[in-house]
Amino acid sequence: MNKGDIKKAFTASIPVMAGYVVLGMGFGIILKTKGYGLIWAAAMSIFIYAGSMQYVAINLITGGASLITAAFTTLMVNARHLFYGISMIDKYKGAGRKRPYLIFALTDETYSLVCSDETLKGVSDRHLYYFFVSFFNQIYWVAGSVIGSALGSLITFNVEGIDFALTALFVTIFVEQWLDTRDHRPALTGLASSIACLIVFGADKFLIPAMVCITAAFAIMRRRGKEQRDE
Amino acid sequence: MSDFSMALMIAVIALVTMLLRFLPFLIFGGEKETPEFITYLGKVLPYAIMAMLVVYCLKGISLTGAPYGLPELISCGLVIILHVFKRNTLISIIGGTICYMILVQLVF
Repeated sequence: MNKGDIKKAFTASIPVMAGYVVLGMGFGIILKTKGYGLIWAAAMSIFIYAGSMQYVAINLITGGASLITAAFTTLMVNARHLFYGISMIDKYKGAGRKRPYLIFALTDETYSLVCSDETLKGVSDRHLYYFFVSFFNQIYWVAGSVIGSALGSLITFNVEGIDFALTALFVTIFVEQWLDTRDHRPALTGLASSIACLIVFGADKFLIPAMVCITAAFAIMRRRGKEQRDE
Repeated sequence: MSDFSMALMIAVIALVTMLLRFLPFLIFGGEKETPEFITYLGKVLPYAIMAMLVVYCLKGISLTGAPYGLPELISCGLVIILHVFKRNTLISIIGGTICYMILVQLVF
């Protein structure tokens, strides 16, 4: 056990803490108002552990959706996780017994913390670091859900807008990556594809088309790059 | 919904989510060498995905009706400026979030 790595993992996870505790609480509160208490909130946050999908799941549950509908909705909402896996294959190689949990806990926010090598400066065992980033994040999420479910009705101060912390986290990482590299084509490809698909397909359906566009664009860029080298 | 159907529903959602997370590793994660295109994707995708996530977070704003997405755009602008000049993740996130909370609670 390297305590330095665990400490670094904790420091890296602090930005997610704010967002996850608040969003987790929101989830716990809503689920509670629909008649499902603490145990259900905890079970969902432990076993599903996918932020936006759990909010969608509340609608599925209260709407009495069929299991098939639930499966397809999950497939659509969470398809982006395929991307996270693809880009972490090499980084998670050799993680041994930690690997299944690393893969299980690969949420948007965890991905944003482990995807760039930037954060690994001074880390001696990177798989231990990845493990604790993933683990701390899930603790925040589960804790938020449980607190929301148990104490939601006691909150009196206005927290409206605090969930912007997660947007701010992604913007910060985007800027960090931008400053850290000279080739901005991958970032611009993602930005242009996502905005174009958002306009064409609308807010609820743009993610999967955007993923297809991004993959296609990279396939073309890859081929062009190879042709130029071969000439 | 009965406890049993609820548990079944949670199990289905959990399994599909896990399937999506594990699938790439099951296909490409073995001892065999990762295909070159997948390694390439692994290098370029983080940049593209972060852009996609930012758009995903902002997808709900409306540019045609008040407040025209201004709280989000102003706060994102502040995050970018803070990060370019300070390069400190916590300062950027806390600054942007406080700015957003003030804007949605008191201004717009």
